[in-house]
Amino acid sequence: MSKTIDLKLVRHIGKLSRIELTDLEAETFAHQLADILSYFDKLQELDTADVEPMAHAVELTNILAADEPHASLTPEQALANAPQRDGDFFKVPKVIGDSQ
Amino acid sequence: MSNITDLSALELRDAIAGGEVSAVEATRAYLATIERTDPQVRAFNEVLAENALAQAQAVDAARTAGEKLGPLAGVPLAVKDNLATPYGKTTCSSKILAEFRAPYAATVVEKLHAAGAVILGKTNLDEFAMGSSTENSGFEATRNPWDLSRVPGGSSGGSAAAVAARQCAAALGSDTGGSIRQPAGFCGVVGFKPTYGRVSRYGLVAYGSSLDQIGPLTRDVPDAAMLTAAIAGHDPKDSTSLPADVPDYLSEVEHPIENLRVGLPREFYSDALDAEINAAIHAAAETYRNAGADIVEVSLPHSRIDRDEQGKLSSYAVACYYIVAMAEASSNLARYDGVHYGHRTDEAVDDIIQLYSRSRAEGFGPEVKRRIMLGTYTLSAGYYDAYYNKALKVRRLIKNDFDAAFQRCDVVLCPTAPTPAFAIGEKTGDPLTMYLADIYTISVNLAGLPALSLPAGLARDGLPVGMQLIGPALGESTILRAARMYETASGTTRLKPPMLSE
Repeated sequence: MSKTIDLKLVRHIGKLSRIELTDLEAETFAHQLADILSYFDKLQELDTADVEPMAHAVELTNILAADEPHASLTPEQALANAPQRDGDFFKVPKVIGDSQ
Repeated sequence: MSNITDLSALELRDAIAGGEVSAVEATRAYLATIERTDPQVRAFNEVLAENALAQAQAVDAARTAGEKLGPLAGVPLAVKDNLATPYGKTTCSSKILAEFRAPYAATVVEKLHAAGAVILGKTNLDEFAMGSSTENSGFEATRNPWDLSRVPGGSSGGSAAAVAARQCAAALGSDTGGSIRQPAGFCGVVGFKPTYGRVSRYGLVAYGSSLDQIGPLTRDVPDAAMLTAAIAGHDPKDSTSLPADVPDYLSEVEHPIENLRVGLPREFYSDALDAEINAAIHAAAETYRNAGADIVEVSLPHSRIDRDEQGKLSSYAVACYYIVAMAEASSNLARYDGVHYGHRTDEAVDDIIQLYSRSRAEGFGPEVKRRIMLGTYTLSAGYYDAYYNKALKVRRLIKNDFDAAFQRCDVVLCPTAPTPAFAIGEKTGDPLTMYLADIYTISVNLAGLPALSLPAGLARDGLPVGMQLIGPALGESTILRAARMYETASGTTRLKPPMLSE
């Protein structure tokens, strides 16, 4: 079974993934993603009706940390790698306001 | 004393403890080898010479003062550049983290410090550990020391090449689908992925969180035992780390296993397998038989390897693995937003969404983009059941196969990779072909099991062939002992690439 991924769908996936795509990238990815997804369809050959999904090989549950304060990063350490900052804040473009 | 860089990590540790070699001498010897060979091999993203010499001096001072030395005191090691170090950069070989300096150390790095090890530098990888050749590095491709026109494997290709080229006594890598074992096989060294959760992942930059595991790359099996003992153990900072005691792997490794049962999975030995690799693995089985082991046939039907109509290798496990790994990657890599750390676009943007999308477009390479996009797609409404949920069900079938196999055998023996190291550029045009380089290693990560690759000799063109031993969960000791049995019987160990004899 072969899949087709059109440019519109690739651009939609790019948008969901928060990755801008050039026209050339969109075209290349359309083919490659279709190929890889077709390969994934191999799993449909298997009957898994009675199989429980397994998200983790080691099924540990309810790991709780002790409710004790411990040292964490200082604001200076946390901000040290910020590409743009304003005092003790990360700087971003305006998020709310005059857009429609 | 023979050449310092030809000693194993264990021998060097003992020589330093015995005062035959100083830690500074050992560190200088490795730094000199890096300087001589790395312009060709390109294993290192960053060499931390000053830092390493300071660590070595501290070991020598402690020895002079009569202090008790750690189990790796003065041994120069390299660390894959997706492990956080509190000095130097931690880049994941990605442009998006090109200038990132971690504000903390990975637990394994702290454990190496506590053991007295010297950290020489950070090694190259496929960007965010996504790849099987180290060609996906955002910086440059590492070369295989056995043949500089070939890849070292990946994603821990820098660590594997550095160990093979005597640029460090041993190294750490990470393994999500074979990223320690496959490059170890390609470079003729030992690579060990412990059980999922055996080693803390704290400070390992996340790719596929249910699959990732840190482990050593070394020149022989006792070194793998020594390094694993140094980094294993429960860590409250990693809630998936296992609350189990760590055996003394190093003292156990020299004890052969009586009546060892070695399982050969019948599905792995079809005509899909390279003839020379097939011959090498069967010769290894013969070596075990001569050492008194029983060779039994086992079955791993959901990891079966065959060829499709176009002659391409094909496996349920590969499809299952890439669905799971890409889904987890798409979630883990959402953190690179151009705001908190990492690359941010210099261009003017209209809004924050464009800031994210453009920063990520500029910072990520093509393979990372493909995986994020495919993961996003397979997790999206309407496709979740067909892909992700289906893969999680197949994952259980794959694990059940191993559980059944380990009723019949102690270790599974199989190839590490379907071919020896391939040429640079050979597979970069077709991502799917590259994915198949992991066909023998990925089901181990899906099942969370420990597995080790060790050299099984040389094939055509003098390239190393790796063989893989897989064990049950927490069966590290069994694997190491079985691997040591082969290493001792075959004498295939500490292989030295010809470039070093010139």
